[in-house]
Amino acid sequence: MSYIPHTEADRAAMLAEIGVETLDELFSDVPEAMRYPELRLPEPLSEMEILRELRKMSERNADLDRYACFLGAGAYNHFIPSTVSHVMGRAEFYTAYTPYQPEISQGTLQSIYEYQSMVCQLTGMEVANASHYDGATSLAEAALMAVNVFRGRRKKIVISPLVHLEYRQTLRTYIRGTELVVTGDEDLTNEISDLKTLLDENTACLILQNPNFLGQLEDVNGLADAVHNAGALLVVAVDPISLGLFKPPGEYGADIVVGEGQSLGNQLNFGGPYLGVFACQEEYVRKMPGRLVGATVDTEGRRGFVLTLTPREQHIRREKATSNICTNEALCALAAGAYLATMGKHGLRRVAELCYHKAHYAAQRIAEIPGFELVGGKPFFKEFVVRCPQKPAEINERLLEKGIIGGYDLGRDYPHLRNCMLLCVTEVNTKGEIDRLVEALQEVAS
Amino acid sequence: MKVDESCLYTDTHEWVRVEGDEATVGITDHAQEQLSDIVYVELPEVGDAFAKGDAFAVVESVKAASDCYMPIGGEIIEVNEELSEAPELVNEDPYGAGWFVRFRVSDASELADLMDAAAYEEFVAEEEAKGGH
Repeated sequence: MSYIPHTEADRAAMLAEIGVETLDELFSDVPEAMRYPELRLPEPLSEMEILRELRKMSERNADLDRYACFLGAGAYNHFIPSTVSHVMGRAEFYTAYTPYQPEISQGTLQSIYEYQSMVCQLTGMEVANASHYDGATSLAEAALMAVNVFRGRRKKIVISPLVHLEYRQTLRTYIRGTELVVTGDEDLTNEISDLKTLLDENTACLILQNPNFLGQLEDVNGLADAVHNAGALLVVAVDPISLGLFKPPGEYGADIVVGEGQSLGNQLNFGGPYLGVFACQEEYVRKMPGRLVGATVDTEGRRGFVLTLTPREQHIRREKATSNICTNEALCALAAGAYLATMGKHGLRRVAELCYHKAHYAAQRIAEIPGFELVGGKPFFKEFVVRCPQKPAEINERLLEKGIIGGYDLGRDYPHLRNCMLLCVTEVNTKGEIDRLVEALQEVAS
Repeated sequence: MKVDESCLYTDTHEWVRVEGDEATVGITDHAQEQLSDIVYVELPEVGDAFAKGDAFAVVESVKAASDCYMPIGGEIIEVNEELSEAPELVNEDPYGAGWFVRFRVSDASELADLMDAAAYEEFVAEEEAKGGH
């Protein structure tokens, strides 16, 4: 059976329409020698042989099974209990594509509902959506949502320079071609107090990341009041793991909370797919982008789950839509839900505590090495900044030779932090690994 | 379908009741019937100015979300705050407690384009005969 949908007549009509005689003419810009190159492939191998070859190739990667990793900066290596892959791997979840027809999709809908409920508990917000693509998308959507809460009248978005650079870039991509202005990060040394001075009657929202990109906890005392006094919304980007230990943004007055949810039960996945966490206060639910699953009862009074608040803009008034995202990251959200359900309140707290204590042990040991210096002087969670005696890139090369993946070179994004490295320690890093890192850095410095 | 003799009507199913240089606007009984249970009404803010035909509100029911259009131009002087807590007022009393906004009329001559109650009834009957909706 042929799956080629075009008949000869279809093709002839299409070629005639664009003014080309033959299909080959479409490839005239490709140099002739390149058009049908001789591939010179080796002889076919058996499955057993090819697996051996592929494994050999994959072993050239610096993977987390064999390397100690101290790199974070937005993508985190946390332990994933086997319940997560077990739940995710179920064909009902794994193979289905947007199965949201409630009559046949109660399992998927319930899993999203539970994910949303746990995100609410974690962030201290009243409503969470079914997720976005990643933390950066969530943050950009939050800014647009704030603008829409004020019906486009407030055009200024104030953002901390210590929000992940890629998130800030994504936000700027989103607002390109609009009248909106993003400000606050022109001076990369701006603190929260500097951002407060930018608040005015034209400000839609103030966005900060907490812990910030450098791993530090921001001083949020009185911040929400200052933002709300200007009539604007407070948007906070979080590391969800940190909320096992620290006060959720809902408790310090945030209106919208976003974050990268990868650390909740999702692998590093070479940078994606990731999980955009998005939650807000109920007051703003009708301006919330994305989809939302709600609990209801059927005609016989039995509990059930449906997509809710979706007619608005996603399906009917699409030309008036304030967000063009009509999907979610269901499988990653499922992993996050399974992770949170497995860990529970106490388990998550324990993970956060381990991260905190191990990171502080590592920071203290590294600060003792002559030539290395801890930068910032602020309380931190699982990441910290170290000024190095040499270029971080060179240090990382040496570390890699010793089976250690080093930290993030901050000089690329923050020129005033040249020769500084952002190191990340999570619960998976053993004391032995940390001591090996310290020894290796001592060697590098001497 | 009910109509209110004191109102003028648009072909997009809004009504307007003019009192001096001020006017009140809402959606018609026919409109609320077609939409069925109304769950949310998004209203403009006091001080917003709209031209005739501008979308000034969104009404969302269990079936659909629709824009509402200004029958004539004007500046909003009051919005029906009660609708945020009780959108069902639009179903229960579309010409009374279910009003949307009051506005200051900018040009009374625009009223000439609107239908009176009898003409609107006829318009709806014709629309239904055509099998609309």
